[in-house]
Amino acid sequence: MKNNQSWIDKRFPLSKVWNEHLAEYYTPRNFNFWYFFGGLAILMLGMQFLTGIFLTMHYKPDSANAFASVEYIMRDVEWGWLVRYLHSTGASAFFVVIYLHMYRALLYGSYKGPRELLWILGMVLYIALMAEAFFGYVLPWGQMSFWGAQVIISLFGSVPVIGPDLLVWLLGDYAVGDAALNRFFSLHVIALPLILVVLVFLHLVALHHVGSNNPDGIEIKENKDKDGIPKDGIPFHPYFTIKDSMVVVGFLWLLCAVIFYAPALNGYFLEYANFVEANPLKTPEHIAPLWYLTPFYSVLRAIPPLFGSQFPGVLAMGAALLIFFALPWLDRSPVKSIRYRSSIYKWALGIFVVSFIMLGWLGVQPVTPVNALLARIFTALYFAFFILMPWYTSIGKTKEVPARVTE
Amino acid sequence: MKTIKPLILALSLTFVSLNGLAAGKKAHLDHANTDIMDTASLQNGAKLFMNYCSGCHAISFMRYNRIGEDLGLSDEMIKENLMFAGSKTGENITTAMPEGAASSWFGGVPPDLSLVARSKGTDWIYTYLRSFYEDESRIFGVNNKVLVNASMPDALWSLREAQSEAEFDNSVRDITNFLDYVGEPAKLIRLQLGKWVLLFLGVLFVLVYMLKKEYWKDVKYGVWRRRD
Repeated sequence: MKNNQSWIDKRFPLSKVWNEHLAEYYTPRNFNFWYFFGGLAILMLGMQFLTGIFLTMHYKPDSANAFASVEYIMRDVEWGWLVRYLHSTGASAFFVVIYLHMYRALLYGSYKGPRELLWILGMVLYIALMAEAFFGYVLPWGQMSFWGAQVIISLFGSVPVIGPDLLVWLLGDYAVGDAALNRFFSLHVIALPLILVVLVFLHLVALHHVGSNNPDGIEIKENKDKDGIPKDGIPFHPYFTIKDSMVVVGFLWLLCAVIFYAPALNGYFLEYANFVEANPLKTPEHIAPLWYLTPFYSVLRAIPPLFGSQFPGVLAMGAALLIFFALPWLDRSPVKSIRYRSSIYKWALGIFVVSFIMLGWLGVQPVTPVNALLARIFTALYFAFFILMPWYTSIGKTKEVPARVTE
Repeated sequence: MKTIKPLILALSLTFVSLNGLAAGKKAHLDHANTDIMDTASLQNGAKLFMNYCSGCHAISFMRYNRIGEDLGLSDEMIKENLMFAGSKTGENITTAMPEGAASSWFGGVPPDLSLVARSKGTDWIYTYLRSFYEDESRIFGVNNKVLVNASMPDALWSLREAQSEAEFDNSVRDITNFLDYVGEPAKLIRLQLGKWVLLFLGVLFVLVYMLKKEYWKDVKYGVWRRRD
């Protein structure tokens, strides 16, 4: 064993990588519930790959056969239904995990220096994941797949001057159809997964370079013992590998409860209208993207057209996403963690969370005058969280941050 | 604990909105109260569907012998009682009605019902089939409260005349139950398997939790605190 190891180590830095990233990678010992979700995101990515590989074996990216091939998977392929639910319900679970993972960063100021690049890589990952989810959602070629694609793709058509040509270039046709389905399939199973893998790798490289933040927002590397090991750090392996294993099993329990007893979750994870095959001649009464995209869809709908163009709404939606990138520079607070922040920050974060959820909820509702007004109010509050941040993070009394992590 | 409060608020808001989606539907729907584990109900539903519905409606994602396998019916029973079109039990259940004729008779091809329970829901089917009323202005002399101006005749009228109201409701419930099964045959195994999967993961969780506790003793009392 020892012999083999040194044989490999002479040729590949196996022990070095193992130690640097697992056995001697020191992690703050005061991680709490909110630190479960990074590991779970990796689990979900792996599960989407594994189930996706098997779905690709049976799925037909052809507008005449796609819908039936999904039903073929659900009925005639051995365990196909389970693989498909793991993938489709898994996509929603993935976003639950990602949103909680991002919320953790807001709670404990994990985006603040020296983790700005880590945050930016994470945001790029989030956007790539939304694109991946959107393309995947089109593939079953149900009514919502088709009309959702129609709505999202038409956003590109609203770009001034080049819009119409851009649309044709993207779709490879004048309308969403077989050509679009084929290229969406290609992007979903090859292009975006490759991008995601590279981004996850970079996200982890950045993380392991700066080390994890923690619920106290204290840099454990500033407090080392004589061997140069952070006093408040514990090796990732075995402590967090075993703890994360426990978290994985608990999470799988919840995921399986949904998959086995409510895989469509009342139309939230698999929409009712998507069990009707795509029909370009029949617009559904109500078109909404899946829940994880609806906050941004609400922002889009909240902005009224200007000069007969929807483009301002598209810009606002883009801004709602891109403004996250500026977070490390908008936050002027001397402390990271919510535990030591001023009460005005806690209010701001609370209002932001409510706004985000309300925008998400409004995104699945039909537009009524009241809903439109609510969407505008919550859009304003959403942007206020970012735009006013330099002001409200620089006032208000913060608590003193302890020198060492608390229990 | 403090930090969990916004999450709880967020989750409760989300579940309030669950009712919102359902509220989008217009007509009041009766509760179908079907039980997919009730094999006798599924068998009766299959028989009624094949007798009253399959003349016009296909369930083309479904195979005859899959029904046999799932509902405990032999190939012979399937052939004698359920197969009116087609010849092999491995075939998909299509309808004998020619498309062109269907269009001229009904103004459109009667929809395939393979997934109707998934797109409309069981309550809708149950209420729809029981909501026909006489309306001389319509071509078949009937209209429907749930799907206004439906182009479908009241296909179950002879059954309604022959049965009491409670019996008829039960017949419709069986048809609805069968269509729920047709919408997702895997539901039978999914519901049966679910409890075992959760039990396995539950036991595994306890074991991994105990293992984690054992390892983390070090962190609480041991080597990693002694560094100070």
